Amino acid sequence: MPAGTLYRGREGMWSWVAHRVTGVLIFFFLFVHVLDTALVRVSPEAYDDVVATYKTPIVALLEYGLVAAVLFHALNGLRVIAVDFWSKGPRLQKQMLWTVVGIWVVLMAGALYPVLGHAFRELFGS
Amino acid sequence: MTTSDIKLTGSSSEISPENPAPVIEAPRARTAKTPKATRGNFEMYGWLFMRLSGIVLVVLVIGHLLIQLVLDGGVSKVSFAFVAGRWASPFWQAWDLIMLWLAMLHGANGLRTVINDYAERDNTRFWLKMLLYAATIFTVLLGTLVIFTFDPNIR
Repeated sequence: MPAGTLYRGREGMWSWVAHRVTGVLIFFFLFVHVLDTALVRVSPEAYDDVVATYKTPIVALLEYGLVAAVLFHALNGLRVIAVDFWSKGPRLQKQMLWTVVGIWVVLMAGALYPVLGHAFRELFGS
Repeated sequence: MTTSDIKLTGSSSEISPENPAPVIEAPRARTAKTPKATRGNFEMYGWLFMRLSGIVLVVLVIGHLLIQLVLDGGVSKVSFAFVAGRWASPFWQAWDLIMLWLAMLHGANGLRTVINDYAERDNTRFWLKMLLYAATIFTVLLGTLVIFTFDPNIR
């Protein structure tokens, strides 16, 4: 079999895959989130009980994952808009993806303490 | 050689000036039965909606994440009282309402595209989309109802 004939995707394809996966994940969370917020119409206790699970360390980690998905989807979405509407967009799509990844890494580092600090203190004491 | 020398075979043998060959219409010819507009611009408007709502959602959702997960103690300060405090203001009610509608429609249209791409059987595709639309309408209406009928003195 000749080597290097299988297309394994480039920046364009993998960013498209990541955009789909993060989009579907965010949409499924949105259903859950509207339902849990709807508990404010049941009673303050019912709402506070469910929100208490959002404050546990495991769910805090999931929240960090949610922030990761939302930030990637938002930044890459802006890149998609630039590719579609900016005359230089298609030519610079690769550079724009690495810019997106760079901003994403910085923002994720910045979100580390605010989103996970609470869980960290709970797990390892204050 | 005259034309009478050519031996016609099969159905061609019946063709004569009195009985000409049937006219076969071009595949794309419009007939009386063809609907006036065979396709609208729905997919183009869907494509445009994803980009316009996307720009608005970047602001609304990242603002929402900052308020709920980052500022003022992060998620640990969220409670019924916190929600009541924010929804006392029409500004945050409008923020959440617009975010709910745009995010649900943006997500539903995205998932519609995903279903169209991967569900190959007609029946599967149809029913997955019906499930999607039902869940979307239910969730949008529930969320809207909750924002408009929220009662801080529920007890």
